[in-house]
Amino acid sequence: MNNTKAKCMVLASILLACSGCSTSIKPWVKPYERNNLADPVMNWQLDPIASAYIHHVFQAREGARGAEGTSGGGCGCN
Amino acid sequence: MVVVVVINPVKNMNGEYMKVKYLIFTALFIVVFMTLSSNAAVLPEDRADAMYHSYQGGGMSIDGPSILLRKKIGKSVSVSTNYYIDMVSSASIDVLATASPYKEERKEHSLSVDYLHDKTVLSLGYSQSKESDFDAKSLHFDVSQDFFGDLTTLSFGFSKGNDEISQNGNETFKETATRANYRLGLSQVATKNLVLGMNLEAITDEGYLNNPYRSYRYQDANSATGFSYATEIYPNTRTSNAASLRARYFLPNKAAIYANARVFSDTWGIDANTYKLGYSQSFMNNWLMDFHLRHYSQTSADFYRDLFDRQDQFNFMARDKEMSTFNDLSIGLTTRYLFKISSAPWIKSSSINLSIDHIQFDYENFRNVLAEQQMGTEPFYSFSANVIRFYVSLWY
Repeated sequence: MNNTKAKCMVLASILLACSGCSTSIKPWVKPYERNNLADPVMNWQLDPIASAYIHHVFQAREGARGAEGTSGGGCGCN
Repeated sequence: MVVVVVINPVKNMNGEYMKVKYLIFTALFIVVFMTLSSNAAVLPEDRADAMYHSYQGGGMSIDGPSILLRKKIGKSVSVSTNYYIDMVSSASIDVLATASPYKEERKEHSLSVDYLHDKTVLSLGYSQSKESDFDAKSLHFDVSQDFFGDLTTLSFGFSKGNDEISQNGNETFKETATRANYRLGLSQVATKNLVLGMNLEAITDEGYLNNPYRSYRYQDANSATGFSYATEIYPNTRTSNAASLRARYFLPNKAAIYANARVFSDTWGIDANTYKLGYSQSFMNNWLMDFHLRHYSQTSADFYRDLFDRQDQFNFMARDKEMSTFNDLSIGLTTRYLFKISSAPWIKSSSINLSIDHIQFDYENFRNVLAEQQMGTEPFYSFSANVIRFYVSLWY
């Protein structure tokens, strides 16, 4: 087993442990404590139509791409 | 913590790409496992958006409409479609140096379906972009899973794209390229005021990857200017990796401060960093303002030069300013006003929005050949652009 596979298994184990399979760690922010998180100012992508456009503006003019949290591919940027 | 270990930079980019693929398969395993033991997430809200967009700068004028519709079908399915047009009028420095200004139109259609099952959302999408000389089709598949009391969201996705490239005025020119994207994301509610996020994305390209209209510049003693141009030659493969971290913190008085950072690297030798800092503020119940700064910098591709010593000097040669060493800084402001457009019971809310971004591009090894100075001593090119997004949204 190579090093990358081993790291993935470690990652999987930790995430599963955090997912509720383990009873030792409980979610520490209760549903009734999430008012602030639900406020529009906490929304990463308030309006998808506007976010998609500004991503396209930068993607067409910069060499870097990806890890923007949105689906992509085939932007027709030539 | 573990993710930081996995994204440590290594020299072998294909190895890095394989790591992202393994991470995505690992994420798939976790999602499948947890789908069996979880309950309830939500689909996106039903909404309609109509936007006018405009980009003006560097001799380019691009504007047009974009329409987005999203509607639930039953309790488990949401469908969305987007229709987008770019109307381009170009007299950029690339065009003026070697060709004539032109006008063209790009149309893009996309359709996606989201399926909700317990805490899992499966998304399948298709998009098609069409120009007179460029067709791009792509298929997207994404999975998102909430767990740990809905404090954690794990997502991963895959896209496959096919491009068909032609050249106006040259009927015999026809090339293709394919693209595959592998995405992995993790969002974590850290406290009742703080959300953290992480994204990884590996992209592979294969085929004809350059722009058939772009040229590289080389020294030519037979030319009056001392240089001539020839068609660029790009490598026909490219693999890139990007990793980003983000945080958003709720402040008193209905405000939030947020930051994003992204690192990027590819097999063409481009390394890039992106940083963004922003502030959002709600006020008077129905207003929202957002202010942000974004800085981007990159190194040039290995095969980029502003001026080559001679024609056919290397196997690969490019002079695209997008492949050069440069940085850009943008400053942006968004204003949103929420209101009830009608008393009709099926309308929940509506908004009118205006976003303005100003971007300054400064190139460090791409010279302005239009300056008509001695070859190789022309000033480095720079330009600024203004981006406007004006749109109305309706929730129903």
